[in-house]
Amino acid sequence: MIRTFIPLAALLLAAGTATAQERPAQAVIDAYIKSTFGKASAEWQARIKPDDSLAVCNTTRNNPSSAESDAMLKRESARVVYPADGKFLGDWKKGYQVANNGRGGQFSDPPGTVAGGNCFACHQLDPKEVSYGTLGPSLAAYGKDRKYDPETIKDTYTKIYNSMAVVPCSNMPRFGVNKVLDEQQIKDVMAYLFDPESPVNK
Amino acid sequence: MKLPILGAAALAAVMIVAAGPLTAQSPPQDDSEKEIERYRQMLSDPFSNPGFLAVDRGEALWAEKRGAKNVSLEGCDLGEGPGKLEGAFAKLPRYFADADKVMDTEQRLLWCMDKLQGLDTKDVVLRRFSGPARASDMEDLVAFIANKSSEMKIQPQLSHPKEKEMAAVGEALFYTRGGVNDFSCATCHAEEGKRIRLQGLPNLSVKGKTAQETMGSWPTYRVSQSALRTMQHRLWDCYRQQRWPVPEYGSEALTALTVFLQKQAEGGEIKVPSIKR
Ligand code: HEC
Ligand code: HEC
Repeated sequence: MIRTFIPLAALLLAAGTATAQERPAQAVIDAYIKSTFGKASAEWQARIKPDDSLAVCNTTRNNPSSAESDAMLKRESARVVYPADGKFLGDWKKGYQVANNGRGGQFSDPPGTVAGGNCFACHQLDPKEVSYGTLGPSLAAYGKDRKYDPETIKDTYTKIYNSMAVVPCSNMPRFGVNKVLDEQQIKDVMAYLFDPESPVNK
Repeated sequence: MKLPILGAAALAAVMIVAAGPLTAQSPPQDDSEKEIERYRQMLSDPFSNPGFLAVDRGEALWAEKRGAKNVSLEGCDLGEGPGKLEGAFAKLPRYFADADKVMDTEQRLLWCMDKLQGLDTKDVVLRRFSGPARASDMEDLVAFIANKSSEMKIQPQLSHPKEKEMAAVGEALFYTRGGVNDFSCATCHAEEGKRIRLQGLPNLSVKGKTAQETMGSWPTYRVSQSALRTMQHRLWDCYRQQRWPVPEYGSEALTALTVFLQKQAEGGEIKVPSIKR
């Protein structure tokens, strides 16, 4: 992936947060990153190389300008791959497994670990489940509240596949783009949100 | 220090309650969290905090003659002068002219082992984090050294240009996203009152009480791991949860983050070793 060069003007603009001090040059930051992560394999190195969108999120602390936001929405929307069969909903029971599984992507995970979506880490889903995080909004009754509307279903697929195609610099992982979840897993977790039988909608 | 029988029994109970898998994504249930809080209060008596056993082991290690030069660490300069321990930890990380580097406690200890004692630190680094039947010299030494700054205030050192650079880079790293989940420290530590599953997340993005209490309580005895842990271990564990590669022990980005966090925690009271879940 190509590293974006950020002109000084952009750096100054980025210092929007009250106490933020001026961001050192990217080359300086990169030297520190190399000292700490330089021994990791090429595959791991690639994972921490920001793509064009993430580079903007990093320098602006998730507050891209409106021009940057427009560019990001366009770029990220183009990366969404919709199911060839046009079906967005799989099996909600398997979707629960995906939502509940927080494994995958950690250096402590054994090779071949099936990654989950870890949705419960950040969202309330099944209102009966007490162990849920609050970094994201509650998704309880998500499908029911949206009357299982087909347009909304497609938009939510987009959201899960690539959160930044909907919200620039979203704090939610880009599950499809970063290949954390495959198409079937996304369909299953979609069903967990949109199947009327799913505990999410009970 | 001795571990009273009662304390040991209580701790064994906590360990059973808290002995979940180490993955932070499968935290203990609400009830065990409450149980732990109850035991934590019981354990506020420092004589029953096993972290103090690490302090004692560290004290012995500090005075032990080791390495090719067969000398102790007592001549090691942690920033306040050779062998001066009182208050040294409160000002670490800091710039050391002899190494021309900003170092945290652990980097400085490794430097002293190498330069002063002529000790081959390979084995020490291999045992940087203790485990079952594997003691860690580093954890014990840090416990001892940090305890000598207990009840003092965190005093970040930011006058040298390299210290300033560390703080600035640490701040940038705090907001640097990456890994398969696009996480940065800020994803989990930049808002008030958030939690991941059931675990509360301290907001470290602003100066003040939360940052002070957080930084003032490391090193800590982690009941769930039955081990004394240092900031190096905490950052290693957070980078794991961040889905980043394994961070090199005692390396620049970790020290930069520590300088930044100490800056956020300026003036906080150090009470260590503490005891935590
Ligand atoms: C690291 C935390 C995190 C994880 C993990 C996460 N999300 Fe999110 N999610 C967020 C945040 C923050 C938002 C709100 C900002 C936004 O919309 O991007 C959000 C928004 C959403 C929304 C839009 C809600 C609305 O306003 O209509 C949906 C749907 C959603 N997430 C589904 C999921 C699903 C399904 C998973 C698991 C596959 C998941 N999320 C995992 C953080 C997370
Ligand atoms: C995916 C979420 C996540 C990310 C990303 C993350 N952390 Fe954490 N962090 C946690 C959790 C969970 C805890 C443990 C809280 C507890 O035990 O109650 C924690 C604890 C800490 C603590 C100790 C808090 C205390 O009270 O003792 C510090 C310091 C810390 N993190 C710093 C960082 C830094 C610096 C980074 C970036 C390198 C980072 N974290 C990235 C989730 C995260």
